[in-house]
Amino acid sequence: MERKIRVVMAKLGLDIHWRGVYLVSQFLKDSGMEVIYLGNKFPEQIVEAAVEEDADVIGLSSLGGSHLTLGPKVVRLLKERGLDHIKVFMGGVMAPKDARSLEEEHGIAKVYLPDTPMQVIIDGIRSTVALA
Amino acid sequence: MKKIDDIIASALTGDKACTSRLISLVERDDEQAPYIMRQLYPFSGKAYYIGITGAPGAGKSTTVDKLVKMFCKNGKNVGVIAVDPSSPFSGGALLGDRVRVNIKKTEYNYFFRSMSSGNIMGGLSRTTKEAARILDACGKDIIIIETVGVGQSELDVAKATDTVVVILTPESGDGVQIMKAGLIEVADIFVVNKCDRPGAENIAHALKGMLDRIDYRLSWKPPIIKTSASLNKGVDTLYEGLGEHRRYLNCDKKIKQRRQRQIREELKRNIETEFIKTILSDIYNGNDFGKALDNVCEHRIDPQNAARQIVTAWLSKDMQPSEKWAKGV
Repeated sequence: MERKIRVVMAKLGLDIHWRGVYLVSQFLKDSGMEVIYLGNKFPEQIVEAAVEEDADVIGLSSLGGSHLTLGPKVVRLLKERGLDHIKVFMGGVMAPKDARSLEEEHGIAKVYLPDTPMQVIIDGIRSTVALA
Repeated sequence: MKKIDDIIASALTGDKACTSRLISLVERDDEQAPYIMRQLYPFSGKAYYIGITGAPGAGKSTTVDKLVKMFCKNGKNVGVIAVDPSSPFSGGALLGDRVRVNIKKTEYNYFFRSMSSGNIMGGLSRTTKEAARILDACGKDIIIIETVGVGQSELDVAKATDTVVVILTPESGDGVQIMKAGLIEVADIFVVNKCDRPGAENIAHALKGMLDRIDYRLSWKPPIIKTSASLNKGVDTLYEGLGEHRRYLNCDKKIKQRRQRQIREELKRNIETEFIKTILSDIYNGNDFGKALDNVCEHRIDPQNAARQIVTAWLSKDMQPSEKWAKGV
């Protein structure tokens, strides 16, 4: 049977902005992936869910300003449990220098800022999973 | 990459990541799947299986969340398999049952897995039962299987669980809906959720009327439990109801009979599948199939007659050993 990419999607912490994460989740579903949508969750719960769901990828939506604290924490917790093969993507509103810092210093696979075409996100996830 | 035997061994001692990987391998029909089930099946059969079913948005996941907490609070180790539908167009899925799960206590011992239904129309996925058995073998006391949001005739959950909970809401319809065949008939426990809304009394009354009419032939009369799961009202009564049905099944080995019936059906289904698979692969790999394909493409024979010829030829070919045996050759 064809192997489906499993993506755990969550809103980071107490962020209430739902539209972005809904939109991306829906498009990932339409591209044939299995999206496990968590709603609002904290890093510990997100990592726990990724373990139980055997996720290939975690997608974090952040428009609430906690991207520099909670985002890297997810990567750290994964590393602590020996789950580096699960790649973490982020999307949302943040300063471009924060995005660069997350990618270069904190182990986030890719940060997608506003106006990213949906196909770029889909292709990004597919190629990352194919490499793993 | 770890060896499969190491993954199985770790899963059996309760390692979450390994348990999770085993479910994935079985779910995607990996070549190691038969080996995994062969190793794990002997360890399964100890857990108690609860099915939760009902229409989309009836409150299945919210109820599951509350039940998991109650079981965990009472020291149980709980496994949940929650199924949501797959897209027939993209094959993708949006599995949203975890949204309702909010268990903050880290000492609670539970494992929650979301599955997509694939192309199966019975409310569960092809491998839901296998996934549940993996959790069972890995030491869960209670397995909760949550179906996709169902209509009237998705009854697979009744073939896979010991207690079936059917969740209705005040909007589920009138007395005629309640009399209909299908989902209503497989319930061991009825829940009228969202009972804070108007109409809850009516549906509970309709259920009671339906059950009273068939009272004389019921050895177990399903209780009707009113809940308001999101407000955490009445879920304790449901919890007690589950215990009561379990005690009922444990008396006179009814649970053994129920499981035997289910396994008998399951075994028969599997034999059918294997049988068809074996015969078809024999036919498709044989010379006759290629020849027939050519003949149909060249319009020498129509597909229906070609198929008939192939099947007849296959049957007579297979008859030979038994004919020989009959003649004592």
